[in-house]
Amino acid sequence: MEVFKTLIIILLSSVLVNNYVLSRFLGICPFLGVSKKLNQAVGMGISVTAVMLLATAVTWPIQYLLLDKLGLGYMQNIIFILVIASLVQILELILKRFSPALHKGLGVYLPLITTNCAVLGVAINNINDGYNFLESMVSSLGCGLGFLLAMVLFSGLRSRIDESRVPAPFRGLAVTLIAASFISLAFMGFAGVVDALFA
Amino acid sequence: MDILIAFLVVGVIGLLAGLLIAVMSRFFGVEEDQTVKAVRACLPGVNCGACGYKGCDDYAVAVAEGKAKPNLCVPGAESTAEELGALLGIEVEPPKDVVAFVHCNGNCEATATKTDYVGVTSCKAAAMLYGGPETCSYGCMGLGDCAAACPANAICMKDGIAHVDTSRCLGCGLCESICPKKVISMVPQETVVVVMCNSKDKGADARKACKNACIGCMKCVKTCPHEAITVTNNLAKIDYTKCVGCGACAASCPTGSLKQVFFPDLSEEYEDFKVEE
Repeated sequence: MEVFKTLIIILLSSVLVNNYVLSRFLGICPFLGVSKKLNQAVGMGISVTAVMLLATAVTWPIQYLLLDKLGLGYMQNIIFILVIASLVQILELILKRFSPALHKGLGVYLPLITTNCAVLGVAINNINDGYNFLESMVSSLGCGLGFLLAMVLFSGLRSRIDESRVPAPFRGLAVTLIAASFISLAFMGFAGVVDALFA
Repeated sequence: MDILIAFLVVGVIGLLAGLLIAVMSRFFGVEEDQTVKAVRACLPGVNCGACGYKGCDDYAVAVAEGKAKPNLCVPGAESTAEELGALLGIEVEPPKDVVAFVHCNGNCEATATKTDYVGVTSCKAAAMLYGGPETCSYGCMGLGDCAAACPANAICMKDGIAHVDTSRCLGCGLCESICPKKVISMVPQETVVVVMCNSKDKGADARKACKNACIGCMKCVKTCPHEAITVTNNLAKIDYTKCVGCGACAASCPTGSLKQVFFPDLSEEYEDFKVEE
């Protein structure tokens, strides 16, 4: 029961409180780039979630079974980047072969994710937070879902912005960034909520 | 010594990853269809969607699989159809050359506005509000949805109505489908006579709304020696399969809503046009 509670707390806090885009400001590039349309945002969000899970599943054993044993903790960044990039390549190959439809849907986003800092951030933060394997997986699922949530919310907001009259100096990226910061501020309201839930 | 281990670990992991990718692509790799690539190379790449597919890539796949005819590409016209025919070794009918035409002459002088529209600059939005700000509810409102949709930048707004530069028009029909008033239609490129009105109101009402309106007087129907014109719903319509372009109707039209035009007619003036704010 205690384990279950911990997992729920990790999941909720990584979705809402420590949202990667809106609280930790990682993965801003796809957040601004691919959030123009809802279906694209959802596709990107799901791809990121899948890659985060996969990356954690591979980097966690590498960290504990290889790097820590050899005292190579300082090589973490380089090795994680290397592993995640090759993973995404392989994932793309497999998708293309076995599920062309899914590849068509997610394929365009996969190369973008290869060097996404949010994915690397999840892998590294899981280690820094000292999570065990199960907790790490739940945490990366939460982070992926949080990214998806941020993308969906923001794409809705952007379609509203597109339909409204924006003063000339604010048009384009300026108003988008301001809107993003408002959402980010709104998410600050979740701080402390999760801990209080189980207090 | 430590640095050697680091080198070794990174090197081995990199090598393994590289090998894995190489092996995977050898066994799982999907060979891209060479026909699709060749077909795609023939297409202009405007992604206008006139062929009915999602873009040039989509159309190329359909053509390569034999699901689509190779003469559907409007911007590529004859040359693309011929190239595709030669590539696939099949006979190809030449595509029809069409251009967009705005069937409205309700410029600022001829017509007035019944309301002051200050909403979003979009025909779609304006049309929802009591059928638009113009006195004539059939005509062009000149807010430029078509110009925004045009992939070739061939449409400009002048005097409150849209004008198509037929020398630039690709004939993709995007403007036709986006116009909420259905005032744009595709006409054959060799067209020399067009109806410059879209009003289905009765003669007197149409005239009241716009000086240049077609009043459905039937004079052109009687004049036409080839029976190419019909009047339905108080609006003249030309059957371009019968029209020979003699221009007799245009000469007889009392309101000037039938016009003799020679395409492309705007290419020189086009430079001066600016989209109205």
